[in-house]
Amino acid sequence: MSKKEKQPFIDWFLDSNGATSVAVVILGFLAGIVLLLCIGKNPVGLFTAIKQSIIGKAAKGGGWNFRNVGETLAFSIPYILCGLSMGFAARVGLFNIGAEGQYTMGMLAAHIVAVCIPAFPGQWMLCVLAALVVGAIWGGVVGILKAKYKVSEVVATIMLNYIALYLYPLVCLNMLPQGTFNKTGRTADLASTALLDNFLIKSSNLNIGFFLMLIAVVVYWFIMEKTRLGFSLRATGFNKDAARCSGINDTKAISLSMAISGAFAGLAGACVILGLVRYSKILTSQDNYGFMGIAVALVGNSRALGIFLAGLLFGILKQAYSIMQGMGIPKEVVTVIEGLIVIFIALRSGLSLVKDYRAKAKVRKEVSK
Amino acid sequence: MSEYAIQMLGITKTFPGIVANDNVDLIVKKNEVHAILGENGAGKSTLMSVLFGAYSADAGKILINGKEVKITDPNVATSLGIGMVHQHFKLVHNYTVTENIVLGREPRNRFGILSLGAAEKKVKDLSERYGLYVDPKAIIDDITVGQQQRVEILKTLYSDSDIIILDEPTAVLTPQEIDELMEIILKLKSEGKTIVLITHKLKEIKAVADRCTVLRRGKYIDCIDITPETSEQQLASLMVGRPVKFEIEKSTCKPGKKVLEIKDITVKDAIGVEKVKDLSLDVHAGEIVGIAGVDGNGQTELLYALSGLSPIEKGQILLNGEDITKCSIRERVEKGLGHIPEDRQKHGLIAGFTVAENTVLKDFYTPKYTGKMGVLDYDAITKNSDMLIEQFDIRSGQGSITPCGALSGGNQQKVIVAREISLSPDVLLVAQPTRGLDVGAIEYIRKRIVAERDKGRAILLVSFELDEIMNLCDRIAAISKGSIVGMFNEGEKTASEIGLMMAGVKSKEDK
Repeated sequence: MSKKEKQPFIDWFLDSNGATSVAVVILGFLAGIVLLLCIGKNPVGLFTAIKQSIIGKAAKGGGWNFRNVGETLAFSIPYILCGLSMGFAARVGLFNIGAEGQYTMGMLAAHIVAVCIPAFPGQWMLCVLAALVVGAIWGGVVGILKAKYKVSEVVATIMLNYIALYLYPLVCLNMLPQGTFNKTGRTADLASTALLDNFLIKSSNLNIGFFLMLIAVVVYWFIMEKTRLGFSLRATGFNKDAARCSGINDTKAISLSMAISGAFAGLAGACVILGLVRYSKILTSQDNYGFMGIAVALVGNSRALGIFLAGLLFGILKQAYSIMQGMGIPKEVVTVIEGLIVIFIALRSGLSLVKDYRAKAKVRKEVSK
Repeated sequence: MSEYAIQMLGITKTFPGIVANDNVDLIVKKNEVHAILGENGAGKSTLMSVLFGAYSADAGKILINGKEVKITDPNVATSLGIGMVHQHFKLVHNYTVTENIVLGREPRNRFGILSLGAAEKKVKDLSERYGLYVDPKAIIDDITVGQQQRVEILKTLYSDSDIIILDEPTAVLTPQEIDELMEIILKLKSEGKTIVLITHKLKEIKAVADRCTVLRRGKYIDCIDITPETSEQQLASLMVGRPVKFEIEKSTCKPGKKVLEIKDITVKDAIGVEKVKDLSLDVHAGEIVGIAGVDGNGQTELLYALSGLSPIEKGQILLNGEDITKCSIRERVEKGLGHIPEDRQKHGLIAGFTVAENTVLKDFYTPKYTGKMGVLDYDAITKNSDMLIEQFDIRSGQGSITPCGALSGGNQQKVIVAREISLSPDVLLVAQPTRGLDVGAIEYIRKRIVAERDKGRAILLVSFELDEIMNLCDRIAAISKGSIVGMFNEGEKTASEIGLMMAGVKSKEDK
């Protein structure tokens, strides 16, 4: 009896990308628990920290601290946006590991606009626009190289990541107005009108970038699933030759998708400097949001909702990371869990083997009847 | 010694989702030519792969010369005296004939240095003995496809195989080369070899086989003796499971105005070799023009150039009198050019898309399916594909939302044909429309093509199956090395005359 009910569940599970993603996340956490037990720490702490990141309250009797929730949501903004960046290119069959560089350039563009232009109300909008445009250019160049000259997008984006990273201090130190001497490692201050305002939980960094992110998620979904542009992009992603043969301009599809992908990452850069960092920091090392975007897109299976949820998860983990530091639990556990989730996701292709095996077993059964 | 060379009993082999062989028996007597007949997908190749050790069977046993054997890999098969000539040759193109034959068991002298002298002599002796004439020192690239096949046969003889399996050996040959191969097979038989011939061509079975095992959908159907009285009809109905009509009924051709004009075009392939040279051809409304030729003589490149997939070096392409030489693929589609591509997996459809999405692949952006702000009207798309599914009898598990990758080959081809025909193009380029399909689908697709002709469309058909060309076309152009070498009306020339032209020999009247 119970067996009969079980069969379809397994099939459903194997067929559902969402279910496997959830299973992978659970598996990652289980591995984290085992790791904590191995080093003699109480794994409950891990979950207390995570609970605190989600609802703000640690345990019974503990005080409510909504700041944690705000931070979680604030962190998830760049994760989700970079996930969208990676996912958008992936749906067109491209591996955009240049989200980091596009993010950095977007951040730089927002930084420049926020520093160089005299303050005016609504300046942040111009900053965000600049970040979108520059991110799109940084990604679009790769797309054009790929589509027209068959330059590997992987190699090109890696190189552009480094160029962006070193361009940042170069521009800030040589071309922007400098700050006062007791503030080394900074340019002149960002205009206050350029910052993204906090909302709801004022004590945290939760800012209106959150709404920009929500808009981005909707735009992603709308373009990909609803429009003719998305249709031609997806067609190119599945089978470039057939798309071309049907009259879809694959050069345009690839260039455009990399540009849009870059714009998402650029927006992430703007949200981080104007909403999270909030001062004129000169970037000297990679923030890794772009690279984590790869993991987010993988876990979210490059779907809008999936990326949104996966980005939230990574935001939670990032906030739990800082809470755990204060609880005496090795915070590296979080990084290990993140890494394991990505590895388990990569093993997803192994599920097709299970599927094949099951299909074969079924046929065999029918034959032997 | 046993009377039987091969006994395969109760062989069952499954792949995910399909039973390729279901309790199949194959009994081959010593020194006979035994044909295995079946449609594409009937399980012929799987059965032979089991015999040759490429796959292991899930059930059943194999006896060679009366002794039960376990054939775990091709080396075991070779040591048992089984040799296989694959449909796609496995030759190193820049090696000589002899080097290819000795590959993997190179003769060495006492200093361990390669010495080919003795091997060359053995190859020469073998080729003379069995009538397989090839120059042992020739480079593979320099010899014809027919000769390459002989090298493959020599390979099996060189390793002293007594049982030689030929997998669809005539697929790549001209009619003359096919005749020669038939001679070779009979010669091998007279020298005491046992031949297993895998084919779906009935003429060949009639010509050389002693007995014939028929497979259908993975099941053993029958094993019959081939006598002069055995008719092709009889074999065909065994193969398909119902009576088959070979000839397509079609009314006389009423050609209209010139729709497609190809003027002196030259096309290079990806590595810069001129594959089409100064080719000119016209296609009129309401006629089917066939291009007959052996694979690799520029047909693929010609269609790439016409459809816009690759640029042309020189020349002109006119559609309804308008120059489309420089037009993009989409512009050509809009101007009325349809294309049923040769490689349906690569160019024809998108396996990850649903049937509905694939049916609008060429016109999804038009106002018919796209509303304001570029938003797709999925209702209209689904309605369209529901209609086409009904009209073209496309069998898909979940209707319009089935991913195309889950359809059978025949149904995938129907999706492509449905899409192209629904766009009602003035010119329809059709390449290899029935390759790999079962007889039912072949009949259907051929009928559809003729129906399009009767509607006044101009159709250019490329096929490597001469029968298909002769059956369907109103005018036939023979192509060889990228040029048209002969042009004539339906019924003007026999298959063997066309075959000579395909091999590059110009007919006397033309000269």
